[in-house]
Amino acid sequence: MSKFGNKEKAEMPELNTSSLPDLIFSILFFFMIVTSMREEEVKVDVKLPKGSERVLTEIEHKSSVINVYVGVPTKAEDRARYGDRNCIQLNDKISGINEVRDFVNDGRKSMKQVDQARMKVALKVNQHADMGIVTDVKMELRQAGALNVLYSADKLAEKGE
Amino acid sequence: MGKSKRKVPGINASSTADISFILLIFFLVVTSMNSSLGLDVRLPKPPEDEAEPPKVFKRNNFTVFVNMNNQIMVTLGDKEGEEVEVSDLKDLAKTFITNRDNLDIYPALEKDTIVYVDAANEEHPLPASSFEGRGEIMVAKKHVISLQTDRATQYQLYFDVQAQLYEAYTELRDSLAKARFGKPFDALDENDQMVCRLAYPIMISEAEPRKYEK
Repeated sequence: MSKFGNKEKAEMPELNTSSLPDLIFSILFFFMIVTSMREEEVKVDVKLPKGSERVLTEIEHKSSVINVYVGVPTKAEDRARYGDRNCIQLNDKISGINEVRDFVNDGRKSMKQVDQARMKVALKVNQHADMGIVTDVKMELRQAGALNVLYSADKLAEKGE
Repeated sequence: MGKSKRKVPGINASSTADISFILLIFFLVVTSMNSSLGLDVRLPKPPEDEAEPPKVFKRNNFTVFVNMNNQIMVTLGDKEGEEVEVSDLKDLAKTFITNRDNLDIYPALEKDTIVYVDAANEEHPLPASSFEGRGEIMVAKKHVISLQTDRATQYQLYFDVQAQLYEAYTELRDSLAKARFGKPFDALDENDQMVCRLAYPIMISEAEPRKYEK
């Protein structure tokens, strides 16, 4: 049984880990490129509507985009305060409809000149929200002169393609 | 002379992996995936109190009404409205906008001349003799697609309806691009794209949602 006898003496060869940092660095760079900084904490449940890829466009200039979220608050304390209904979130807080206009105007003022001209409001609305609140928001946007609007949506996984 | 023989001690790099791991995790936490896709629309200017809504001939009007039970009704001119599925909307809208057979129920066609357009200055189209896509085209210039919703209509359905209507316009522009320029719309340069846009301008008007008494 000499073939199996000297097991304890056999040493495991050491794994060469010198390329590990390079590997991790490339993953790091990948993530730095594909992702963007999270600007605000989303406090409402925004499950975006789904749409066919053919009609969806991608935002080119992220610095000229203002986000408006509509959905039911996710936190229990917010729900207790605002009720179990669809709310509007501007910046980091849940707001009323009358604050939309000032929010858009302030957002526009804080932008660079180039971005002001191509300013776009991304409406991130939950797919189950009702049109009432969406129309109210749109009406405010029209009053604020923010006519370029993007109805944010997710890609629909299309079958048979 | 002796210097060249001196050995430089190697830097211990075994912790670089840990450092980059920490960086990686930091970036995973503070960033979010790019999810900035969406349907690009342009809202109409705010209504002015004194201004009368422009009069639209019945045959030029295509009304889509989405009710609180998420049913879609399409009314053509003064015909009786009928219930349709979302997926039918695109073809209905295309038939309406083009009016290929020149029928009385669809909008009146007018002759329009395609001219060279400077995308940077769309107000003043410049005629150019060397422009290959020029020529006459019959378009329903005065058509209006009117989209009405109830306050209780679900947003997803509204989005689907909008997407269908926009897709109708996109396909019409694309087929015009292929017919006049021999290329799909996306492959055209900015000026030629503007030509196609002007031939089929998006005319979707959104009325205030109705609130029905129960």
